[in-house]
Amino acid sequence: MISVHHLSKAYGTQLAVQDLSFSVKQGEILGFLGPNGAGKSTTMKMLTGFVPPSSGQAIVAGHDIAEEPLEVRKKVGYLPEHNPLYLDMYVLEFLDFSARIHQLGRQERKRRVAEVIEQTGLGSEQHKQIRQLSKGYRQRVGLSQALLHQPEVLILDEPTTGLDPNQIVDIRLLIREVGKNKTILFSSHILSEVEAISDRVLIIDKGVMLADAPVEELRKASAYANIITLEVMRPGLDLASLAELPDLLIDRHSSTRFSLRGNGEEDLRPRLFELCVAQNNPILELHQEALSLENIFRTLTQQRA
Amino acid sequence: MNSVFTIFRKEVGSFFNSLIGYVFLGVFLVSTGLFVWVFEYNILETRRAELDSLFFIGPYLFLFMVPAITMRAFSEEKKQGTMELLATKPLTHWQIIGGKYLAAVFLVLVTLLPTLVYLLTVWRLGQPVGNLDLGATIGAYLGLFFLGAVFASIGLFASVLVEEQFVAWVLGAFICFAFFFAFELLAGLPGLRAINPFLIKLGLMEHYASISRGVIDTRDALYFLSVITMALFSTHYLLTREQKR
Repeated sequence: MISVHHLSKAYGTQLAVQDLSFSVKQGEILGFLGPNGAGKSTTMKMLTGFVPPSSGQAIVAGHDIAEEPLEVRKKVGYLPEHNPLYLDMYVLEFLDFSARIHQLGRQERKRRVAEVIEQTGLGSEQHKQIRQLSKGYRQRVGLSQALLHQPEVLILDEPTTGLDPNQIVDIRLLIREVGKNKTILFSSHILSEVEAISDRVLIIDKGVMLADAPVEELRKASAYANIITLEVMRPGLDLASLAELPDLLIDRHSSTRFSLRGNGEEDLRPRLFELCVAQNNPILELHQEALSLENIFRTLTQQRA
Repeated sequence: MNSVFTIFRKEVGSFFNSLIGYVFLGVFLVSTGLFVWVFEYNILETRRAELDSLFFIGPYLFLFMVPAITMRAFSEEKKQGTMELLATKPLTHWQIIGGKYLAAVFLVLVTLLPTLVYLLTVWRLGQPVGNLDLGATIGAYLGLFFLGAVFASIGLFASVLVEEQFVAWVLGAFICFAFFFAFELLAGLPGLRAINPFLIKLGLMEHYASISRGVIDTRDALYFLSVITMALFSTHYLLTREQKR
């Protein structure tokens, strides 16, 4: 549905996006993750045809963004960052306007506007001026205009920024709901959000892609996939024999308490057990936890810094 | 064409949602009304069956009022970020410009319509009734309409240049002023006497005066259309270039 090949964007001498390649399959929800200024918005602006790429190619919903921008825009629903809206317009007026732009006929226009209002829960606010709406409801209006023409692809730039926790949950549910039969690319700098909504995650920083993997796989395959806490009874535990393991990190919290990070290929717990038995030092605590996406993200983005 | 009409509807709607349309209509009608009926040299005083005072003051009112209706056209869209919304819909830049331009011209037309009451009154007051140079009046109306249409295209151009609507207004009014007056003034400079007739022909005033005499010359019409085309093409160029950056 979306395939991007070596896409780059330079503003003057500054590279906002560098050589980005990825694809999104039909029906997939892809979370686009990165710190602020990572190039997420620029990429989305390029995919919706608002900003032309400096080099590279992208096909969205079967059309090249450079060659058939109008065809792309017909099939894409886009919620820009900061959700710009015509504040002077009334909700119904604005949705009717958007539907007209998409050339929906009179009957269909009425039907679709009613449907998206139902879908996004705007019913009680539909007769108000957009200016009067709270941020959460404005976000729903933005989402409504993106959904109106039943696009095959939805591109949502930070759809939950600035909302309160309840609203965030609502919007997430809504995205998951509409995502059942659409291809969605959405961006966020909040990790738990990407974890909650998307099937796959793409991490970018400073315009460069750092990771592209299913959420679980990324968590598993990360170089420091899990963290082990070990506490023994007596000080003086000799861990030298573990030195042969690649990528092992040992943090010594106290003389009896350690945390170890392995490379995720091997479960270290049996080794540690045997090591302690051999040194006759009883284990008080031994547990392993998977690293959160948050840690993975931080590790990945800091390696480059 | 459908899309042009959609933008047109939205723009006309926003004129009348935000008071701009009413203020524009009101100010124009009150001012022209005062000049035609109340101030010195009004019709009742001069006892001449003509609307010269309307066609004299009209261009000056349009000069700074038309850029006021177009000032928001692009500057506000850019400032509020709604340009991104519009530009990512299945619309071409020409459709957006066309819709916005036609909306401004429509407002100019709507403003001129009520002044037909003046015309009717003068017609009825004439002695005998209908003793009025209809040809010249129609020509002058056409001239005023063309002038408004030219100013609207220039105002649109000014609006795409900047993000602040106030700046767009000042800039638009200034460029309109330059086109209306400056060539006439330049022609008066001693050093430029040699190209004097040519300079005068470049200005709007000359063509407005010419069409107001009631002679609808294709050269005048062509002049107005060229200025409009030039302004709209420049607008399109800037709008496209801006997104390329």
